Amino acid sequence: MRKRLRLITVLTILALLTAACADEGADEPTTTEEGGGGDATLTFGTSADPVVLDGALVSDGESLRAIDQMFEGLVTLTPGTTEVEPGLAESWEVSDDGRSYTFQLREGVTFHDGTDFNAEAVCFNFDRWYNFKGSFQNPAASYYWQTVFGGFSDGKTDSLYESCEATSDTEVVLNLTKNSASILAALALTNFTFASPEALQQYDADKGKVDAEGIFSPTGTYATEHPTGTGPFKFESWERGQALTMVRNDDYWGDFEGNIQTLIFQPLADPAARLQALQNGEIQGYDLVDPQDYETIQGDENLQLLNRPAFNVGYVGFNQAAAPLDQLPVRQAIAHSINRQEVVDAFYAGQGEVATQFMPPELFGYADDVTEYEYDPDKAAQILEDAGIETPVEIDFAYPTDVERPYMPDPQANYEAMVADLEDSGLFTVEKKSATWSPDYLDNVDNGRYGLYLLGWTGDFGDPDNFVGTFFQTEQPAWGFNNEEIFSCLDEAEAETDEDTRVGLYEECNRLIMDFLPGLPYVHTQPGLAFTANVSGYAPSPVSLEPFSIVTVEE
Amino acid sequence: MLKFVVRRLLQMIPILAILSVLLFLFIHSLPGGPAIALLGERATEEGIEQIEEDLGLNDPLPVQYTRYMKNVLQGDLGSSTRTRQPVVEELKQRFPATVELGLAAMLFAVVVGIPLGFIAAKRYLGVLDNTSLFLSLIGISFPVFFLALLLKYLFAIKLGWLPTIGRIDVTRGLDTPTNFYLLDAAMARDWEAFKDVLRHLVLPAIALGTIPLAIVTRITRAATLDVLNEDYVRTARAKGLDPSVVDRRHIMKNAMLPVVTIIGLQTGLLLTGAVLTETVFAWPGVGSWILDAIRNRDYAVLQGGILFFAVMVAVVNLLVDVSYAFLNPRIRLR
Repeated sequence: MRKRLRLITVLTILALLTAACADEGADEPTTTEEGGGGDATLTFGTSADPVVLDGALVSDGESLRAIDQMFEGLVTLTPGTTEVEPGLAESWEVSDDGRSYTFQLREGVTFHDGTDFNAEAVCFNFDRWYNFKGSFQNPAASYYWQTVFGGFSDGKTDSLYESCEATSDTEVVLNLTKNSASILAALALTNFTFASPEALQQYDADKGKVDAEGIFSPTGTYATEHPTGTGPFKFESWERGQALTMVRNDDYWGDFEGNIQTLIFQPLADPAARLQALQNGEIQGYDLVDPQDYETIQGDENLQLLNRPAFNVGYVGFNQAAAPLDQLPVRQAIAHSINRQEVVDAFYAGQGEVATQFMPPELFGYADDVTEYEYDPDKAAQILEDAGIETPVEIDFAYPTDVERPYMPDPQANYEAMVADLEDSGLFTVEKKSATWSPDYLDNVDNGRYGLYLLGWTGDFGDPDNFVGTFFQTEQPAWGFNNEEIFSCLDEAEAETDEDTRVGLYEECNRLIMDFLPGLPYVHTQPGLAFTANVSGYAPSPVSLEPFSIVTVEE
Repeated sequence: MLKFVVRRLLQMIPILAILSVLLFLFIHSLPGGPAIALLGERATEEGIEQIEEDLGLNDPLPVQYTRYMKNVLQGDLGSSTRTRQPVVEELKQRFPATVELGLAAMLFAVVVGIPLGFIAAKRYLGVLDNTSLFLSLIGISFPVFFLALLLKYLFAIKLGWLPTIGRIDVTRGLDTPTNFYLLDAAMARDWEAFKDVLRHLVLPAIALGTIPLAIVTRITRAATLDVLNEDYVRTARAKGLDPSVVDRRHIMKNAMLPVVTIIGLQTGLLLTGAVLTETVFAWPGVGSWILDAIRNRDYAVLQGGILFFAVMVAVVNLLVDVSYAFLNPRIRLR
């Protein structure tokens, strides 16, 4: 009897404890109203912490996402598009030779520390980037400066940047060493947003020590505790692994259309954990939705699924240094033997479309009339026969393991379907290869060790140069070809400053490329974002530049 | 006693030294390195070369190892290639999270497991005994991450009782000087926060504690069964002692020796088990940190983190050995 009594007591205490714990959380509101203005809190699940909060020193999406809420550049993109619109510069003019850009800056803009944003601040930032030394020149840090501007002031590599002149408080002239039509789109990159010169100096943004392993560790606290920009949100606190908290900048110069007072980015590495946290109302949104979860989210009336416009391409690369891929009929026959529609239908949960060229349709310069290679094994056989090529043709084909990419959620499944198509046609025998994505696979591709390989690309900024220019403007071991016609077409298109002419040139390049068929583009996807149903105004952007200042959380 | 402890501490030195060499070799033989992990698709030949040069990865391995160990002995574990923060600093922040979770999980395993095992033994082959055997078998064979998903689905999403991620509601501002949140909340006398931290602790602790629970239950049961048949138990009963006193003084106490061993060993294993649990519950501890480091080929974090785990396991084992002496004077150590 006594024993039973004891058991009952223990159970009762346990039950009470659970209830006490449970009650409190049961209807905890996700947003709080603190008198007028609808001061909402939004917690967003990210895949990782930012690296640091200094746009000049990062290239990863999670850092850029956070920096983008707190910092602004000369130009920005219309939310949800790749169209350049005024940012901290109200207007600009390009000189006739295309080498100098004069920007008129907005007046009355201040940094979060209260100092003025002006022409000098702009040039201070440009000079800081241009004068990076030592580990700051490490491509993991200043990748985008190097991509857009090339070298630094030490002159080891040519730089597109020549100088920055503050001709008045509100006028800045940016001088380049040669003309570049893609510079405006590039300046919309989060990497070229402006930090308060005073905060940069006060909190030692550029000070640090290189340890015995050669890793530069900032000793300053700028990039971890005092990031200071002009954006609609300002930094509040950051505990790694836990949360980055930002609050509304009440002195923001522009319209703050949404109602978020407190914006929190919480790192949740596990995709399943992100979904469950959303279902449980602990977060109100997250990025990088697993395609397999689309159905769950769409079927839940408390949740919503948004899609980013396609800004990527998945392709089968052909390395022409590996015979017989140097023969155009072989490449054509491969293209006609792969049923791309079936691959896209089967493995992209309805979020993919078949690609006809190496850049997405949203981008200018996309050509509607490139040569297309429909699925037609008979035609493939005919092409090989006409060319007098003996079948079956032996090819090797590789895919990466341990990786998911927006353009390739399941590489192995894509690969197996394609290999089956190729072999079933009876025209090809495939030597199958695979390797771990990072680093073996990428290393093998970059060094031309595969014949056929699966790969893809997600764009950084809204310019065709960032797609076809990256792939085909120079000779690369991954592609193994040297085609002067294509190289010079892309050179010409990149340098052209007249917008209409430029569009026409890129269309022409795309036609040339698809006739030459250096690889087979097969998919553009629309990556998914999930939110609770009470969130509105979020504008999914092809390049993931998505301001939370226009987002509203309903009570 | 002191001599014993000192001797054991000295024995740890060669073990850890050998381990550090193996660890170093193993990590550096992982395919690729930080350079490509940092750059991904955007890696170019020159980029990789420059990063490897910067990180000193082109030096011969013995040179790198010597340099590394010299720093380790001075308390410097290097800097993370990803976050660029000193590994020691990150460890200081993350270790308390793992300890808090580990203790909660162990508490769960012990508080539930010992009584359960004891009762099962007393009702040998009864319904309760068979049920506990069956449940502990499930407990051992159930993958932690799957159990975590189920727990979250049931207690958070369906019933709405508990949170699924993190250590605390991130909208709550709690000062965390020690990084042991329960302690911090108690020190700040912020009982709302204390309750919140407790609520966040429940599911991960159960998920992480399930395997130890199953093992503790079974060992307790087996040990109790052994003791039950001892002569001194029969004698105690025969002389008319209160059965509950026999249970406590004669059975429990003697059955605890193997249980303590297993608790010690399991505590060491909990640290490693934390890798999965922490990731699934977004728990900002050492486990999820190491997993991220593997993903990012973050050598310094990997080496520092695993070396630290190794030291912890060694220390816990030492504590187990020492606790023997207290529990059983017969094996007082020379």
